[in-house]
Formats: sequence, structure tokens, C-alpha cells
Amino acid sequence: MTPLTGYLLLAALLFAIGLAGALTRRNAILVLIGIELMLNAANLNLIAFWRYGPHPEALTGFMFAIFSIAVAAAEAAVGLGLVIQIYRHAKTTDLDQMNRMKG
Amino acid sequence: MNVVFWIFAVITLGGALAAMMLRSLVHSALAVTLAFAGLALMFLELGAQFAGFAQILVYIGAVAILVVFAILLTRSSEETGSGVFSPTWLRGLVIAAAVFAVLGWSILNSASALPGATVTPQVDVKQIGDALMGPYVLPLEIVAVLLTSALIGAVIVAMHEKEGAE
Repeated sequence: MTPLTGYLLLAALLFAIGLAGALTRRNAILVLIGIELMLNAANLNLIAFWRYGPHPEALTGFMFAIFSIAVAAAEAAVGLGLVIQIYRHAKTTDLDQMNRMKG
Repeated sequence: MNVVFWIFAVITLGGALAAMMLRSLVHSALAVTLAFAGLALMFLELGAQFAGFAQILVYIGAVAILVVFAILLTRSSEETGSGVFSPTWLRGLVIAAAVFAVLGWSILNSASALPGATVTPQVDVKQIGDALMGPYVLPLEIVAVLLTSALIGAVIVAMHEKEGAE
């Protein structure tokens, strides 16, 4: 097994764990954490391809990962703000009880 | 595949698994911090020092703290009585396992086509700065606008809406 294969398999496993968490947990915050894990798995893929790719001096995958981290930070801030607002409105963070769109 | 990779892989996967399976949300937040730290170490090992330290700053320093704030503000750490997993957890698990099966199958079958450079690329901060100010200046500006709008948006979304109460 080459190093790149190992990193890709690890990222795939991390992505699957995040997806499983996002699909099975009831709490909205845990779902957001699962999405963060999936984003991190994608970042690991980008960095691994940059490291083992033919042109690492072009910094392409590296820059993609940096911008991805920045966008993930913005996503986390807005997502957690939404969760707090929903909690204030519905007094719960249980996704199974958030079953209506009416205010 | 050296032993360092396996240590970091165990840290990352253990943290991620614990975060998704523990019942207490505070414990989950701590476990996901461990997973983020393992990923940062892995970035460092891959030669991407800047990305590794950015990962530590952004994820461990900001996202984990935000998650803890959200958990404490919403009092989600208290036990709810009904389980922590949704009633359709089996379907979610099957979907995740299927996604991993497809990804792993395609990775293992394309192993011969993957590139395999052996020299660790040396990248210093000056190179990154030159790249950010040169070919990546437009994405940099767009990220700046995105972060500003996310900052304002998060404040507006989480702000109290009762004008008459004050």
C-alpha cells in the first residue's frame, strides 16, 4: 500500500464516520460536527494529493485546503448561530421535533 | 506507511468515532477536538506546516470553542430521556457504509494510477504569501467578503428579535 492510498482510505473512513454521525444523531449540534468532520476529510484528501502529486511547487491543493478551512469556519459560525436561534424559538435542538416550518 | 501515520490515524479516527458515539455532548465536543488535532498533526507530517497550524488555530481554537458555546447555550448537555440516535439510525448507518465501500473500492482499484512522489515539498510562508497575492488574489478577496458576510450574518441570526421588550 502506497502512502497516498493510506491517506485516501483514512480520509474516506473519516468521511464515512462524519456522514454516519450526521445521518444518525438527533442533536443538531452533533450533525454540524459530523459535517465538519466530512469537510476535514476532504481537506486531508487535498493536502495528500498536493504532497504526492507531480507538481507540489504549484501549491494548488494546498491553497484549496486553506480556502476550504476558511469557508468551513464561516459555515460553523452561521450554522451554530442558526442552531441557537432555533433553540430559542423551539426550546429544543432535537432534529426529530423540528418537523414544521411554521413560526 | 510508517508508524507515525498509524499513530495519527488512530488518534483521528478514535476521536471522530468517539465524537459520533458518545452520549454526552460535551464529551463529543472534546473528542472532536482530538480528531481535529490528529488531522493537524497529519497535515504537519505531510509537509503542509501552514495548513497544519491554520487547522489548529481555526478548528481547535475557534470551531471547537463555538461548539462548546452552542452546547452550553442550548443546554443540550442535559439528558433528553429519548435516545441520542434518531429512529432511522440503521438507514443512516447503511448509507454511510455504502459510501465508504464505494470510496474504498475506487481508491484500491485506482492505486496504480495514483501519483507517488517521494520528495517532501518545501514550502515556506513567503511562497504562500506570494501565491496569495499573485494568482490567488481574487479567491482571497472573495473569502474576505464571505467571512465578513458570515460574521454579520451570524450576529444577525443569533441576535434577539424582541424590539418591544427593551
